Order: sequence, then C-alpha cells, then structure tokens
Amino acid sequence: MTLYRDRGVVLRTHKLGEADRIVVLATEHRGKVRAVAKGVRRTSSRFGSRLEPLSHVRLLCWHGRGELDTVDQVEVVDHFRAVRENLEKMTAGLALLEVVDQLSQEGHADPALYTMLVGALRALADPATEAAVVPPAFFLKALVLEGAGPVVEACAACGRAEPEVELVAFDLTEGGVLCRGCRRGRPMSADALALLRRILGGGLGAVLRSPPGAGAAELAQLATEAMEAHLDRRLRAVRSAPNP
Amino acid sequence: MYTEPLRVLIDELGRLPGIGPKSAQRIAFYLLKVAPEDAFRLSDAIVAVKERTAWCARCFNVAERGSLCEVCLDPSRDTSVLCVVEDPQAVAAFERTKAYKGRYHVLGGALNPLEGIGPERLRIEELVARIPAEGITEVVLCTNPNLEGEATAMYVARRLSGTGVRVTQLASGLPVGGDLEYADEMTLGRALDGRREVHG
Repeated sequence: MTLYRDRGVVLRTHKLGEADRIVVLATEHRGKVRAVAKGVRRTSSRFGSRLEPLSHVRLLCWHGRGELDTVDQVEVVDHFRAVRENLEKMTAGLALLEVVDQLSQEGHADPALYTMLVGALRALADPATEAAVVPPAFFLKALVLEGAGPVVEACAACGRAEPEVELVAFDLTEGGVLCRGCRRGRPMSADALALLRRILGGGLGAVLRSPPGAGAAELAQLATEAMEAHLDRRLRAVRSAPNP
Repeated sequence: MYTEPLRVLIDELGRLPGIGPKSAQRIAFYLLKVAPEDAFRLSDAIVAVKERTAWCARCFNVAERGSLCEVCLDPSRDTSVLCVVEDPQAVAAFERTKAYKGRYHVLGGALNPLEGIGPERLRIEELVARIPAEGITEVVLCTNPNLEGEATAMYVARRLSGTGVRVTQLASGLPVGGDLEYADEMTLGRALDGRREVHG
C-alpha cells in the first residue's frame, strides 16, 4: 500500500454498496484515477460534497493491489459553486467532464488536459463568460491536444488557401474546412469559420468574454460532431442536456 | 459443478444490485441450508410484492395494485402542498419525521446527463399536470443534495415557473450532532446563506 497526494477534478461517481461511492477523477500527475470514498453518501460523511462531480480537489489516496484506490483525505481547491447553481453552466460543465473522462487514461498523466479542464471550469464559473461557448471551444482545443485538430487555414483536401479559394464546408473525414471545389460534409458559414479560427488561433479569451455572435450555434454543433467522431461515441451530456 | 436449480438461483441473485458472484453463491448456499419454510417465506414475499404492489396512479409512490397509496388516500393530508422526491425511499424518510403533512410526487429518479437520463425519463409532466388539477399552491423540491438532484431541482423549478405555484426547496445546512470543523465548504457556505435570526 502506498500513499500519494495529487490534485484532480471529480469527473463522475458511481454508488457502491450501502453508503460508498466510486469516484473517478482526472488528476494532474496520475491521469484518470478511480478510487473508493467510504461512507460518502451518509449525511454525516466527512467528505461531504467535496467529492461531487465538478469539484476541484486536493487528495490523499491509498494505492493498493486492487484496481481501485481509496480516498483518505480531501480538501477543496474550488467547488465551482457558480457552475453547480446554474443549469446551463452545470450542463456545460458536465459536457467537459464527459469528454475528459473519455480522453484521459488510468496511469497515464496528462497535465495539459487537466490544466485545460480546470481552466475551462474557471471560465464557466466567471460571470463574464458566455457558458454556451465553453464546451465547443473546449472540444476543439482538446482535439488539437490529441493531435486531431481541424485544418482551418486552407482546404483540407487540395491545400489551397484564401483568397485563392473560398472555404465553404467542413468535413470530419477530411479533417477540416474545404473549398467550393472540394466541398462535402456540412456547409460552413464565414462567421463560423472566423469563430473557429479565433478559438484555435489564440483569441479564445476574447471569444469567451463576448456574447455568442453569428456562427456560434453552428460551430457548437460542428465541434460536438467532431469530438463525437474522434471518440466514436455520442456525447450524452450534450445530447440529453435538460432544456426547459 | 452445481445442480441446475442452484446455478439458476446463483445467476438470479447475482443480477441483484450490489450482489457479486461470491455473495450470490453465499446467499444461495444459505438458502439451501435454511428450513424450507424460511426459504418459501422469502419466495412468497417476492411473489406478493410483484403481484400486489404497483405505483400510485397519482403520486407514483408504492401502493397496493389498483389503488392509490396510503398518503393519497389519507383525508387528513394537506392537499395544497406537494413534496417532490426522487424515489419512494425518500417518501418513507419524510414520513418518519412526522413533520410533513402534505402529499408527495415521486419523480422516479434524477436528471443525469452523464448517463443520458433526461427529463423525458422522469415524471415531470405528470407533476406539472397535477398543479392545476389538485389546486396545489406550494411545491417543495426535495431532491437529493448532489449534482443530479440539484440539476433536477433547477429544471423542475424552471418548468413550474409561470404556473403560479410557489416553488421552495429544502434548506441546506449542517447535520445535527456534527462538528463545524469537519463541514465541507459547500455545505457550510449554504448554511451561512440560509442563516436565520435568533430570538433569545
């Protein structure tokens, strides 16, 4: 049995036995960790709400011979209350958690993905941020991190760039935008393309602070489809988001 | 290795929540060893609960098949207040307090986008229909104080906005008998938000 410390974001939890939970976390140094939190479902639990999904925590865990570690102590770094108490922000946050749960692997540290998740949750919690823009921007940035980022500066099929050609479509199989001559996949507006380039070109901060402009809904759909194609599964948190 | 009936019993027990193959085997051998009447009492109880118990047609609590539940049949209950809970176990917990005199509405779960459970899987539209039909003036949201429960409460509150009904939520705070130093930040923060004046 070894004891280790790490920081992580709770991705999801599963009930275990009478009062325990299996907690899945994206950690900074150990990648995805699955650990048992004993007694956490009791109202008198010393863990309380610290191990709910979306919580950013500092952990002390036991690593034994089995598949599951055991949570010994937890301190909250940030519980993102502003995200939990707003349905749109919570839904957006859960979409981030689902993607990170799929991308991260047990035993393989991915500090860049961890840092990006924490940054995205902080952005969501910021009252100045437009929540709807965060998941698609995160999906696109995560795809770049995975080496599967879309080609946006030139036609992904023929390689010709503007102004020589007009980029008018986006195809997941080709892996990026396409010119009029090569077009297939879904049509793409100039607004959505401009937004995509701003997000991937260092302008994400400004995009998050401005109201969702033209092309935002189109880009959100495109980013979700691109991430779903990469993961080869549907994103439940996006597809079954509660919208009264 | 085992006889067919024993193997079937182990398989069936192993399908129960929280029961693994080892536990299933242990329970099956226990049932094999106990007196026949003890084992038949268990099998009769399972048959009886499946044959005679169903969901209340009004609130979806457990009820005798073809009838409303005990709470809905009780004429002394306050029909203007409705407590919205996730499952019938929560109804039992509230009934044990003897502090609540209204009726209930059991949603049948909570929203869980990560598991693909959306509002269409819960009895939310049935709740909305009860508001004018039963003259309800207050809905108390009593979902579990976790992420799924909070999401459900927010969704239901938004769904009920515009119906004119007063929507309240259970207070969130510290468990009686606990120490403040062990309280988590979220609970303590909400307890502070919900502080009330003390008259000495």
